[in-house]
Amino acid sequence: MSTTPSTGSTPETGTARVKRGMAEQLKGGVIMDVVTPEQARIAEDAGAVAVMALERVPADIRVQGGVARMSDPDMIEGIIGAVSIPVMAKSRIGHFVEAQVLQSLGVDYIDESEVLTPADEVNHSDKWAFTTPFVCGATNLGEALRRIAEGAAMIRSKGEAGTGNVVEAVRHLRQIKGEIGRLRSLDNNELFAAAKELRAPYELVKEVAELGKLPVVLFSAGGVATPADAALMRQLGAEGVFVGSGIFKSGDPAKRAAAIVRATTFFDDPKVVADASRNLGEAMVGINIDTLPESEHYAKRGW
Amino acid sequence: MTRPTIGVLALQGDVREHLAALAAAGAAAGPVRRAEELAGIDGLVVPGGESTTISKLAALFGLTEPLRAAIRGGLPVYGTCAGLIMLADKILDPRSGQETFGGIDMIVRRNAFGRQNESFEAGVDVAGVEGGPVEGVFIRAPWVESVGAQVRVLAEHRGHIVAVRQGNLLATSFHPELTGDHRVHELFVSAVRAAG
Repeated sequence: MSTTPSTGSTPETGTARVKRGMAEQLKGGVIMDVVTPEQARIAEDAGAVAVMALERVPADIRVQGGVARMSDPDMIEGIIGAVSIPVMAKSRIGHFVEAQVLQSLGVDYIDESEVLTPADEVNHSDKWAFTTPFVCGATNLGEALRRIAEGAAMIRSKGEAGTGNVVEAVRHLRQIKGEIGRLRSLDNNELFAAAKELRAPYELVKEVAELGKLPVVLFSAGGVATPADAALMRQLGAEGVFVGSGIFKSGDPAKRAAAIVRATTFFDDPKVVADASRNLGEAMVGINIDTLPESEHYAKRGW
Repeated sequence: MTRPTIGVLALQGDVREHLAALAAAGAAAGPVRRAEELAGIDGLVVPGGESTTISKLAALFGLTEPLRAAIRGGLPVYGTCAGLIMLADKILDPRSGQETFGGIDMIVRRNAFGRQNESFEAGVDVAGVEGGPVEGVFIRAPWVESVGAQVRVLAEHRGHIVAVRQGNLLATSFHPELTGDHRVHELFVSAVRAAG
């Protein structure tokens, strides 16, 4: 065995490239909500690229009500110990101390999430202050860019979590993609006014106009319950999907989880999606968004 | 073969970045998801991603055996991060049922450099790459514990092996595809040309 000299240069942690690059590794994959180490292992065995550790899935938060907060550190550590894939966990919007706790536990990604009850109705957390990368939800391009300006290294369209209804996920992803498409058609003079309309930093707006995409990975979340839902979000331009209540609120979680993974990879092959959709047992019941009172629209949390 | 055709295994991971880096390095690049697509390529990249996921999807869609056969037949393959794990003959701590394509006589340790908070960037001198160290982006990166006699170590970071080559197979713990530096991809494209 021959050896070569190493440079021994000082390693730098927490850089934007390392944080955003982590999300690039998740592309094409499914991130699943889990509430126990056992569920985390089922998710990993089904081919999930990461799990989201939380105490209650959004569907249960809806039913049980009350203030939804960061999960118990013991529960998060139990899940970290159970799997080798990355583990994410949620902090409340603007609750930077919950985020500090999650970072200290060694989670791989922090979701500053509207599914939990917001702690600050004006400010989101300063995400540049952390080594751990953040993912944040967005309903439109301006919101996505404001989160990126605050340091988010990954964006997910919000959808409406815990409903099993994909309609809001479709609306938000179409909105973001549509606004990116519009920026592409603007000339340099128009980008300044566009930045003002989007209430987003000009430099980010210009970057999106040039790239034709966000400068970070874009996943979809909130309402995906079936393999076809996941494939739909991929065909609409999501680079991967989060599945919350859809898996462990269904009849056969292991089977449904594996099926959603397959449909996410072969999202453009209807035969694979058809096979993945067979005999999955009962899907989660689902909620029609129209019947939700305004205060229970999670997507309206954050700005 | 001035412009070789190189596939990127597109089951999961940072496929787009590899396609762009390969194009910049002078290859015609395209995604590969099915066994029959292996016939049309001169070389293959196994990207970064989650090695457990890539392993499961490859088995599920009947890619594992055809790819092993292609590797035995001399197909040049470059693996980054999860791709390095997939090219290892042995994983030190595999998840149950996690199988690699193999081909490089080495033992790898997954997530050896730590979790995401320990992910880092550092310059890495790679044997065969001229012009100074490459920008090494290490994300929950594996390292190589040990290698067999046929394996050439191309780079180390702080005493751990992070780049190797055995015949037409190349593997790095880090992600050159996430940087604008295409020299490692150029090294692979030349290896593909030489093999053709």
